[in-house]
Amino acid sequence: MAEAAIATEQLVKRYGEIEAVRGIDLAVMPGEIFGFLGPNGAGKSTTISMLCTLLRPTSGRAAVAGFDVTRDPDSVRAAIGLVFQDPALDEQLTARENLEFHAFLYDVPRAIRAQRIAEVLGMVELADRANSKVMTFSGGMKRRLEIARGILHSPEVLFLDEPTRGLDPQTRSHIWDYLQDLRRREGITIFMTTHYMDEAEFCDRIAIIDMGRIVALGTPDELKARVGGDVITIATTDNAASAAELASKFGLTPAADNGTLRIEASDGAALIPRLVRDLSARVTAVTLRRPSLDDVFLKLTGRAIREEQAGALDRMRMMGARFGGRRR
Amino acid sequence: MAVPVAAPSRPASVRRIDTRRATLRAIYIIWYRDVLRYSRDRLRLLASLAQPLLFLLIFGTGLSSSLRGIGGGLAGAPSINYVQFIYPGIIGMAVLFTSIFSAMSIVWDREFGFLKEVLVAPIDRSAIAIGKALGGSTQAMVQGILLLVLAPIVGVTLTPLAVIELIPLIFVLAFALTTLGVVLAAGIKSMQGFQAVINFLMMPIFFLSGALFPLGNLPWWMTGLTRIDPAAYGIDPLRRVILGASGVPVAVTDRLGLTVGGQTLPLMAEVGLVLAFGVVMLGIAIWSLRRPA
Repeated sequence: MAEAAIATEQLVKRYGEIEAVRGIDLAVMPGEIFGFLGPNGAGKSTTISMLCTLLRPTSGRAAVAGFDVTRDPDSVRAAIGLVFQDPALDEQLTARENLEFHAFLYDVPRAIRAQRIAEVLGMVELADRANSKVMTFSGGMKRRLEIARGILHSPEVLFLDEPTRGLDPQTRSHIWDYLQDLRRREGITIFMTTHYMDEAEFCDRIAIIDMGRIVALGTPDELKARVGGDVITIATTDNAASAAELASKFGLTPAADNGTLRIEASDGAALIPRLVRDLSARVTAVTLRRPSLDDVFLKLTGRAIREEQAGALDRMRMMGARFGGRRR
Repeated sequence: MAVPVAAPSRPASVRRIDTRRATLRAIYIIWYRDVLRYSRDRLRLLASLAQPLLFLLIFGTGLSSSLRGIGGGLAGAPSINYVQFIYPGIIGMAVLFTSIFSAMSIVWDREFGFLKEVLVAPIDRSAIAIGKALGGSTQAMVQGILLLVLAPIVGVTLTPLAVIELIPLIFVLAFALTTLGVVLAAGIKSMQGFQAVINFLMMPIFFLSGALFPLGNLPWWMTGLTRIDPAAYGIDPLRRVILGASGVPVAVTDRLGLTVGGQTLPLMAEVGLVLAFGVVMLGIAIWSLRRPA
């Protein structure tokens, strides 16, 4: 199938005065792992809800697996799997019963039902817990069970809304193993949202979304290449004076970040000795690293994606409160 | 080395789902989930029998003894005592409470996210309303039928024929009240909202249903309220059949029963009204769940 697995054209969702999603154009290829990256409240969940037919777009078009989300929502629903941001399991039932419920809803043929359930449980290593009630599961196990459920009916496209949120790092990397394995075994298209920059590195391509708009789209390497070379972070005894000097003497544009100055430079290793020698203020700390997606985000939006950051956070909070109900 | 992975049982490309068939299956599985959860919850089963027992043995016995003490008795029906009178009403109460609480599971599912799993499935949303209505009705019906075993304790003799008549009567009442609960639950987004429903709707329905006192000779405003209480039309048939089986003359059950404009309604008319109420509620529930976000 040469057709895009997911395609959107000027997709917009407006809640009264506020535009949560402000015109998104996307084309996700079959078999791709596509990451949707952005801070909380950027419009990630709203977009995913529209693609999954849970929310009606205000304007624009979206097609998933070749079906229009507004004109043919039933076909879209049949073709997709969904792992929600918040757990959506029946804790009173066993893992197997949850999967059976799902198999019935999605009309998985009786002949392959049991085999398919065993297969997906094996894939997420829960075969030995098939008959335990979900309420006895840890957060990571629940998430794995939800992933198993999402692929039970062999969807074309699997949507994952923050699949690793609230999980410990070890479990998170485990989940990623399952997803990579899944793509290899089932050739499924995976569309996921995350606000963890390091996770976006696992994706084939990433769209960075901020305030309801896509601000960058490409492979992780392409995006990182947008940051000019290396990232140097320095701390000096007088950051303000140093910033002025960096601009005048070196022609650099430093950015203040948490009591340090960040500089992008093509050859960072050669620049550091000159900085230490030529700055009037004393340099107290220096780090040099390859650019990360955090740097890309910072460069594109002028703020870090970290949640502690104020400013952006206030907006998110505001929008979060406004749209908290959308996760219904 | 690339080892070819055994081709998983992935059906060819996009499967077109026959929505009508899928909806029937969905109704079944939603009903089954409710029944499965209910049958597992032994504690709830036990607790839900305790409350009717309290009403019958303590409230009923206490009130009937003190009324007798002040020269009372059941107005117009000296041949039955108060406990026997409220016994069908208490069955109705159990059905009412179980129906409304089982419908509350929709609010619960919404709160805990499970409802989403159903909402994104390729099924018609009517399956949710119908599945839930049948699931709740089944639970409430079982609850009501279980209470029939208390008949000997309250001094009521039930014939096998009466039991066979009672089962559909209990089901119709359970269906009407569950669909009412589903309508409310579909519109309510929080647990707090449901609490309000219980206080301002469920309790009035119970008190005005004729479960605890005969509905004749009431002040005009209360007469009006009782006549719009759907449970009243469901409990009266239960009382007629239960007391009738026990040998209470029709003249007495008529006097204790529900009248509309001074007329005693035929039993089937009452059942028809309750059923019609349930069907209308189900229609509203389907409409309300189908509305897009």
